[in-house]
Amino acid sequence: MGNRLRTAGMVNRMLPYTTLPFYEKQVRIALRNCGIIDPENIDEYIARDGYLALARALGEMTSDDVIGTMKDSGLRGRGGAGFATGIKWEFCRRSRATPKFVICNADEGDPGAFMDRSILEGDPHSVIEGMAIAGYAIGASEGYVYCRAEYPLAISHLKTAIAQAQEYGLLGENMLGSDFSFELHIKEGAGAFVCGEETALMASVEGRRGEPRPRPPFPAASGLWNKPSNVNNVKSYAITPQIILKGADWFSNIGSPKSPGTAIFALTGKIQNTGLIEVPMGIPLREIIFDVGGGIPGDKQFKAVQTGGPLGGCLPTSALDTRVDFDSLVEAGATMGSGGMIVVDEDTCMVEFARYFLTFASAESCGKCVPCRIGGQRLLEALTRITEGIGTDQDLEDIDRISRNMKEASLCALGQLTPGPVLAALRFFREEFEAHIYDKKCPAKVCKGLIAYSIIAEKCEGCMVCIRNCTSDAITGAKRQPHVIDIEKCSRCGICTTVCKFDAIEVN
Amino acid sequence: MPRFNNIQDLIDWRDQALQTMQAGQNSGVTIYVGMGTCGLAAGAGDTMEAIQRELSERGVNAQLKSVGCIGMCVKEPLVDIQLAGQPRITYVNVNPGMVPRMIEDHVINGNVVEEWAIGYVPPEW
Repeated sequence: MGNRLRTAGMVNRMLPYTTLPFYEKQVRIALRNCGIIDPENIDEYIARDGYLALARALGEMTSDDVIGTMKDSGLRGRGGAGFATGIKWEFCRRSRATPKFVICNADEGDPGAFMDRSILEGDPHSVIEGMAIAGYAIGASEGYVYCRAEYPLAISHLKTAIAQAQEYGLLGENMLGSDFSFELHIKEGAGAFVCGEETALMASVEGRRGEPRPRPPFPAASGLWNKPSNVNNVKSYAITPQIILKGADWFSNIGSPKSPGTAIFALTGKIQNTGLIEVPMGIPLREIIFDVGGGIPGDKQFKAVQTGGPLGGCLPTSALDTRVDFDSLVEAGATMGSGGMIVVDEDTCMVEFARYFLTFASAESCGKCVPCRIGGQRLLEALTRITEGIGTDQDLEDIDRISRNMKEASLCALGQLTPGPVLAALRFFREEFEAHIYDKKCPAKVCKGLIAYSIIAEKCEGCMVCIRNCTSDAITGAKRQPHVIDIEKCSRCGICTTVCKFDAIEVN
Repeated sequence: MPRFNNIQDLIDWRDQALQTMQAGQNSGVTIYVGMGTCGLAAGAGDTMEAIQRELSERGVNAQLKSVGCIGMCVKEPLVDIQLAGQPRITYVNVNPGMVPRMIEDHVINGNVVEEWAIGYVPPEW
């Protein structure tokens, strides 16, 4: 067999990924090994210069050199807030108390987001190496990865990777023959969204209830067990070794001046190429959605894209030329967030869309502070009334007032940002809210309280398929006679529209 | 099991690991299956089993590797086949039913099943 396959001419018509629209505009830094190497084999990571950055840092750089490189690179934290990573490390370095801790926030909880999971599953050593470098920089000898228990494969790969790194002397005592020691633990979270907030996360690591506390003091001064701690996201740590290896200039020349490097997004929703992408910062939103993402499936029109997850905001067609980086997205009315990007088409009701995120955020409120605990509920009630067709002017006023209070007075980012999706939807799709309230109509024909199904008699062939499939026995009629839907009985599930072969069901 | 005492130990080990990997890629067949959560959710577990079964039934010697997610979630399960010294060809939406033909045509006879393949992993990656 061997001879035959060596002589066969074969790959001439195949092209490299880099010519595929999905990959053409991608620049893979944090994702460089994902899908390429066996994540459970440390040698494959080492073969691709793995742990070389750590070795360089320990052997050739002082802690201040490492911090200087990180500052010069301009890397901004990829968890969402975009705070300068080097400066954060410097704060922690300067704190006098010991011991210090390095913490990796892997509590990825946004619906439709899976960036951190993919990195931990596909390239766990990059995160370990980044954390060890951070430990060396700030003077910590212990670290925690806080990962949700719903990510069993990520945790399993991470455990394997930590054990391998320890065996090789890349973690543990006197790493690579230096006098630096670093130990890494995994803390499995129970899946509370609020534990992605750094003070709640640390409380949870300590074994306490995952509730945030006011900042300051910031973790760099007083974090885990009241000791100086550095908290970064999975992606920030995964990028770190590449910056140390290739230099600050290399990194700062990628992306946009104020947001250097790449942005990692989980593309989901009504988009052709759902998947995980890494693109240079500053790329227009349009190129992500229509070139990398391949546009909207079917003949449907793009309507909006939600960035920043349930605490972010949506952007309409008019914002498609926005350049994707930390500052431009905020200016446009959304946020960068951790990297979820949910695309919706014309069939989505923006009021219902906002209500979905609000349902999530208010359910995940920890309840410690009043603005978030009660404000979220009241906002949700107002939105629910609107989607049910019983909303009034007062609801719009309430949304405005409650949102302002939540933003100003909530204890942590969860409460402060909960109104985000509603406010963005109101800003860009106000007419849709007004149609629900004043005209009692859902323009996207989604909200069940505002739509009615009926059968167009001229089109109905009387085949009885809809009658057999109706979940609430609301359709009647004889064979070969036009059928009729009883509005009182109809649960508006929409099954009749999907089963009708004659396009005879109408939604109004 | 190495234990690195300095950067040179690591560099030596890297060069050796690289050589071993390249020697493997240059002398035999390597098959990669995307076994991240996204792949598994799309059925990569069954695909992996089908590949194992097909290889053993036909007595084909190949190195089978699990890898993470390369990003094309919509096209999972993803399977790459790399023949000795050849590019790493990626097949998309691979269900167990497709496996026998991929092994027969590509692995045994050296012909890429073009209608199922999307391209190859750029060597510089």
